[in-house]
Formats: sequence, structure tokens, C-alpha cells
Amino acid sequence: MSIPLSITKTIHDWLFSIMPESAASITEMVLIATAYLILFAVAGLYLVYLERKVAAWFQLRLGPNRVGPLGLFQTMADALKLVSKELTSTDRIDKLLYNLAPYFVIITSLTALAVFPFSKQFQAFDINIGMFFLIAVSSIGVIGILLGGWSSNNKYALIGAMRSGVQTISYELSVGLSILTMVLLTGSLQLSEIIEIQRTGGWLILQGHVPAIIAFMIFMIAGTAETNRAPFDLVEAESELGAGFHTEYSGMKFAYFFLAEFINMLIIASIAVVLFFGGWLSPFGITEGITWFPEVLWFFIKVLIIILLMMWFRWTFPRLRVDQLLTLEWKYLLPINLVNIVFMAIIIWLNWTI
Amino acid sequence: MSYFSDIYNGIKTLLTGMSVTGHYFVRARKGAITQQYPDNRDTLKMFDRFRGEVIMPHDEVNEHRCTGCQKCEIACPNGSIEIIWDRGIDEVTGKKKKKIDKHIYHLAMCTMCGLCIEACPTDAIVWAQNYENSVYDRTQLTKVLNQPGSKVKAGIED
Amino acid sequence: MESTVKSNLKTEEYFINMGPQHPATHGVLRLILTIDGEIIKNVEPDLGYIHRSIEKMCERDSYQQIVHLTDRMDYLSSHINNEAVCLVVEKALEIEVSDRVKVIRTIIAELTRLASHQLWWGVLGMDIGALTTYFYAFRDREMINDIFEETCGARLTMNYNLPGGLMFDIHPNFVKRTKEFIAHFKTKIPEYDKLLSGNVIFQKRTKGIGILSQEDAISFGATGPVARGSGVSSDIRKIHTYSAYDKVNFNEALSTEGDCFARYSVRIQEMWESLSIIEQLIDNIPEGDIQTPTKAVIKLPKGEYYQRVETARGELGVYVNSTGTKNPYRVKFRSPGLSNLSVINSLAKGSKIGDLVAIMSTIDIVVPDIDR
Repeated sequence: MSIPLSITKTIHDWLFSIMPESAASITEMVLIATAYLILFAVAGLYLVYLERKVAAWFQLRLGPNRVGPLGLFQTMADALKLVSKELTSTDRIDKLLYNLAPYFVIITSLTALAVFPFSKQFQAFDINIGMFFLIAVSSIGVIGILLGGWSSNNKYALIGAMRSGVQTISYELSVGLSILTMVLLTGSLQLSEIIEIQRTGGWLILQGHVPAIIAFMIFMIAGTAETNRAPFDLVEAESELGAGFHTEYSGMKFAYFFLAEFINMLIIASIAVVLFFGGWLSPFGITEGITWFPEVLWFFIKVLIIILLMMWFRWTFPRLRVDQLLTLEWKYLLPINLVNIVFMAIIIWLNWTI
Repeated sequence: MSYFSDIYNGIKTLLTGMSVTGHYFVRARKGAITQQYPDNRDTLKMFDRFRGEVIMPHDEVNEHRCTGCQKCEIACPNGSIEIIWDRGIDEVTGKKKKKIDKHIYHLAMCTMCGLCIEACPTDAIVWAQNYENSVYDRTQLTKVLNQPGSKVKAGIED
Repeated sequence: MESTVKSNLKTEEYFINMGPQHPATHGVLRLILTIDGEIIKNVEPDLGYIHRSIEKMCERDSYQQIVHLTDRMDYLSSHINNEAVCLVVEKALEIEVSDRVKVIRTIIAELTRLASHQLWWGVLGMDIGALTTYFYAFRDREMINDIFEETCGARLTMNYNLPGGLMFDIHPNFVKRTKEFIAHFKTKIPEYDKLLSGNVIFQKRTKGIGILSQEDAISFGATGPVARGSGVSSDIRKIHTYSAYDKVNFNEALSTEGDCFARYSVRIQEMWESLSIIEQLIDNIPEGDIQTPTKAVIKLPKGEYYQRVETARGELGVYVNSTGTKNPYRVKFRSPGLSNLSVINSLAKGSKIGDLVAIMSTIDIVVPDIDR
């Protein structure tokens, strides 16, 4: 939409007019970072509320509906409660690693949010290796989990962290390979380019028909496993052993782990939307000509549908055991993925894409 | 080949499961089975035979039906009823008769088994439908069932 | 290759307490696990956290007062426990209760069994990870609770039986409500199958896990669905018939594999059979007395008496030793949970921690039953 363009342009010009160039660019970056932090906080709060409401609807009850109109301030109340809690720690923990672990997960989630094209003009960091950057940054999050489990000096946390570590690094392979399948179609790793190609040729899931649908299914399964959500959530399975790697954290640090899980879910959904479903483009171009229509809205509607799908998985399926999880990845998802890439390459070579 | 049929069957059962929860999801508003408890206190009614707590009904002139026969005290398995009684002169017949001073009921110990109400020959005690019995002070749970100043109705024999 | 790896690596076994407070142990049960990595080497249950000396209390109470103590032993099949004590006293006094009492006792016993299995299903789903099954099971269970509340006044611990009959007659709405419930629940069990039984993840987590062989089931003394899942035919309702079970036709649910999925499907089959028993009895409840008169102070003749019933968990036995006074000299309850729990070490050895949760859920123990 053209309004943000003029707002950012006016702020940009105004800053550069009143300050020397280096200070102005630093101020601009700080402003953009603050805007993203606010987006991150609001998205995190809203997603937690949405999860509780959706869970309640699946379970034949109403979700939070007392705090604020329709219970919208419930997460604010929870956040206030978490902030006011004491930051306890056990003795003989590894102090540096214990305090450092939550920051790893939060920083990687925030950094990954920076490259998404929410709209044509609303993208903070448009580099030509966008996809690659995303995969690389989300891999750093594993370190936070492993550090958290190790430094807690707790048997259960260690078991949970080891399980989660092996789960995450296995499923990253599948995520990467299914992204690669779609990149074969587009020929470029830059996120805005990918959306341009979808504007002219139709959504990518329709362009590469059969291999794209298989890649989408594999991506959804692997993405759910990446973020430690059910049915792959034995890391935090309460009915097994304690609460996994974040047993010993309380207060704000626990809130970091908790929020990071939801933001990771948002990131996986955003990648799926950008790669498969056309990003901020409207279906069949129906609102293409209307200039005042915010395309950000299309992006968020599609992301919401994918997040609802992930929540549907969580509240329906039982949990997998850790060896069944790894069997699923190494014996089923990975071979299918490799065959799928070859299949997609053949289809592109023979020009059978739509 | 069973590799592919495994995958196909697996996905089919997963989708069937999702259809069940999806079905309840779209009927969420009307299908909620939980009650919004403190808000619906006015319309919430228990069944007639609900075992809330034991009370002794008094009529308009503050009379009850308890003759102090102590059958409920004997029937109670764990001593939740204590009767403090006395022998007094009955006004109507002029003979010595038992009459109760206090009928003490320990709600904290009562297991709601109903043996006292079954044992009572004059229907002096009945079940109330009161389910909100929590107090801040435990001594409030020791109740005296007969109201002060009440006496037994005339003509009740056990 | 494996042997050289094993001899060079030094691994340690460590003890983990699946302590008295734990979401998966269905009560206050402490399990001491010896684990090597992810494999369980030994499981030792530690009991006694909820021992309330019910059997000692029975020695100071009269026979009508014993009944309410058995409510709280296995609280999910409280009516069946009450029925057991009443049957023992009636057997000792050699009194016959009317047909109406027998039929009503059987109907309410089968409803109790259904309610217990519904709760078991909900909690099993929750332990394995599908968190919505709990709510669906409780929604259906509420209908049974409403039936009980309308007739007996209490939802769970009913104390409706007395030696000699029932405390009072059933409510006029009882038959109507039960019929509505049967019609509703018949559409729900296929839904339970679609949601959980047919699910490939659930089957992978329960098929082939925790196999109990037939000889082991007999030698440990397991009864109920635990034994029937291994092929031991032990339904007390067929072998030592009591109440109105001789008037109805039903099949015994048996399965031969002995793994968790077999125990699961035995219980689901039992739910169907309970529905069919209730259907056969609900339409023609015979008229008759609600109570056969006994003396106000019941004194059993001198001797020993025993009665078994089939609760939702297995065989409950009540042994009464009387010396002719108004209190029993000794009452002993043979609880199904204790014998069923004893199989857990042989089932869980060599399996993983996640399997332990599945095994515990399918054995279906209720800890107050074990500790009494």
C-alpha cells in the first residue's frame, strides 16, 4: 500500500536532513528494530491467546473470556505474572551458560523475522540469499536448547535437551530439502523474487503440481517437528519426565523459551506461505488494482490458516516416541524428499510445470 | 511395496482423526459443554435427591420433628452426629420424655452416606441441596441443626 | 563390533523416582526406576501413600456401615464394591433379594463399568499425548453422572446398596435417561475409534509393547481386562454368576496377543457389551420389593464367607470372618489393582520410558484400590 511508502520515505528524508549521514542511518536502524520488536511482542502475545482459544474450541469449551473483552488481555496478565516472578536457579549450575541459553533462542527468532516480505514495501532486509539466511539462522536455536538443558544440572532437563537436540538437527534436513525443491522452480533464493515469480505465474504450489504438494506435506511435518510441537513434543511432555529442558527456568527466562516456540511457529508458517502460497499476493489477483487495500492482510490471513493447521495437529494426535520420530525422519521423510527433488528437476527439464 | 501402503494407510487414519476434532471445532460456540459457574448461580438447580448437607427443617412456628431418639447417632459410621439430650416433662402427656438440647452435626467429617436419614423414624433430618460449603474457619463446619428456641412438634412419636 | 563398543564405553545406571506426585501415575504411586540411557532395567513400585486402614475400620462398624467405606476403595466402580459387601452379607444370612433389586443393581453396575472405562479412555489418550480425548470422554461421562445423581443423590460414591436391597426406589426418570444415554453413546464409540484406536501413531505406540504371556498372567494373578487381553478367560460374571447376570446374554471380550493394544481393545469391547446388557434389562425391570427386611442389628452366624464380583478393573473379593457379634472380626478385600500392578516389572523391563506410560495406562490401576 502506498501510505507506508510515503511514511517511511518522509521519515527517512527527515532524519537525513537533521543529522549527519552515519548517525541518521544508525537511528533509522534502531527505529526499524524497535518496530520489529513491537511486532514480535504483539505477535507472540496474540499467538498464545489464539492457541488457548483454539485449544478450547477443539475441546468443547470456551477459552479465556474473562480478562478484558473476549479475554484478549489474558496474555498480558500472564506476561505480567511471569515478569514479576523470582528468577530462581539451583546451585552448581553453569552460570554463564544458564543465563545465556534463553537469549540464543530469542535472538535467532527475531533475526529470522527480519527477512520476511510482509508486503511489497514492508520488508526489512531483502538480501539475495534470503532463504539460505533463514535456514542458517534457525539452526542456531538448537544451541540454546542444548545449553539450557546442560547447564541446569538436572537429569530430566538433560534428557529433554538431548532428545530435543537430536530431533531438531534431524528435521532440519527435511526442511532444507523441501525448501530446495521449491527453489528449483523459482531459480532464486531472494524472497521478493520468489513472490514476483508467483505473481506472474500463479502460486508455486500450483505451478509445480505433484512434487510441490508432496514438498508441502513434508515441510509441514518437518516444520512441526522443528518447533517441538505436538505430535513431536516429547521434549516437553508433561506426563513423562518433568518439563524438559526448561524445567529449571522461571520468570522471564521461561517466558523467552515459551515465546520463542510460538515465534518459531510463526516463522515456519511464514516460510510456507511465502514459498507455496504466494506471500502477500491475493488469490487470482482480485485486489490487485485496489491501491488502498493492505496486502499485509492477505499475508496474515494465510499465515493464520497455516497456524490453525499446526494447532489442529497438536490437539488431535498422540505423541511419538523418540525412536519412532527418528525412524520417521531417516527412513521415510528423507528418501521421499530426495526422490521428490529428482522428480521436480525432471518436471522442470521437460517443461511440464503449469 | 508395503512401504507405500504403510504411508497411505497412515495418512488416511490421521486424516480421519483430524476430521473428528475438526467437526467439533466448527461447532464450538454452540457445543461448549462447560458451565460458566459463578455467573449461572441463579439458574443452577440440583436434582431433588442431591446429597448436599444434612439439615433439620423447621416449620413456621419454629418446631422440628426430632425426638432425641439417638438412632441417627448410632447409625452414623464415624461419629459425625452428636446429640445432647435431656429428660424433661412432656407438656401434653405429663410423662417424662427425652428431648434434645442440641443436635450437633460435623459437616467436616460427614461422608454423605445417608444412613442417618434412613434411620430416622420421624423424618426429622433431610438432605439439603446446598453445595457451597467452603468456609475460611474450620469451626464453622460444626453445625447445630436445631435452631435456638425451637421445640419438637406435638404428637410426634418415635 | 557391538561387543567392542560395549566394553569400551562405561555407562552408568541411574535411579529415577517417578514420584508420588506425577501426572501419569493416576494416584499417589511411587515407582523407582533403574534406567540405563533410555532403557528401563527395573521398576519397583512403592505403595502405601494412601493407606487409610479401611479393613481395620470395618472391624468397629456394623454391617450396614461397612458399605460406605468400600465406596472409597476403587472409587470408579463404587457401586460394584458396595454390591460385593451386600452380597456377602446376604449370602451369610441366606436371604433372597427380589428380582427388582437384582436387575437394578446389575443395570447400575454396568453403568458404573461404562463410566470407569470412559474415564480410562480419556486419561489414556491424555497420557499418550492426544489431549482432547479427555474432554470427549468426560462429556459422555457426565450423562452417566446425571443418571446417578437423579436416582441416588451422589455422582461417584453412591452408597445406594444396603444389605437386603437398596436404600430407596429408583427415580421415575431413570429408564428414560438411561435409554437416551444408550442412544447417544452408541454413536460415540465409533468416534472414539476414529480418533484414537485407528490412529497410526497410537497403534505404533501400543502394538507390540508390554506383552504379557498367558502363563505370566495366570501366575501373577492378574484379573480383569489385563488377563483377558492375554487370553485368560476370567470373567466372574460368567463363571460365578451373581445378581441378574444369568438373565442376560453377553460375550466375554478376549484377545490373545497380550500387548497394550489388546488390553485396549478388550476394554472397548467391554463397553459395547455393557451397552448390550443394559439394553436387555432396561425395558423390563420387574416389580417387587426394594428391601427384604432384615433385623436392625445384623449379626452374621459364626463362620467365614467370601464373595467375588467383577469390577471394572478385575476381580474384587470380600472375605468376612464373623464370630457371631454385630461387628465382623476380620474383613479382607482382595483388590484387583494389587495383583494387576505386580505384572509391571516383567512388562516394563527392557522397554523405554515412553512405553512405561503406555503400559501403566493400559493396566489401569487406581491407587486407593491398591492401598485401601
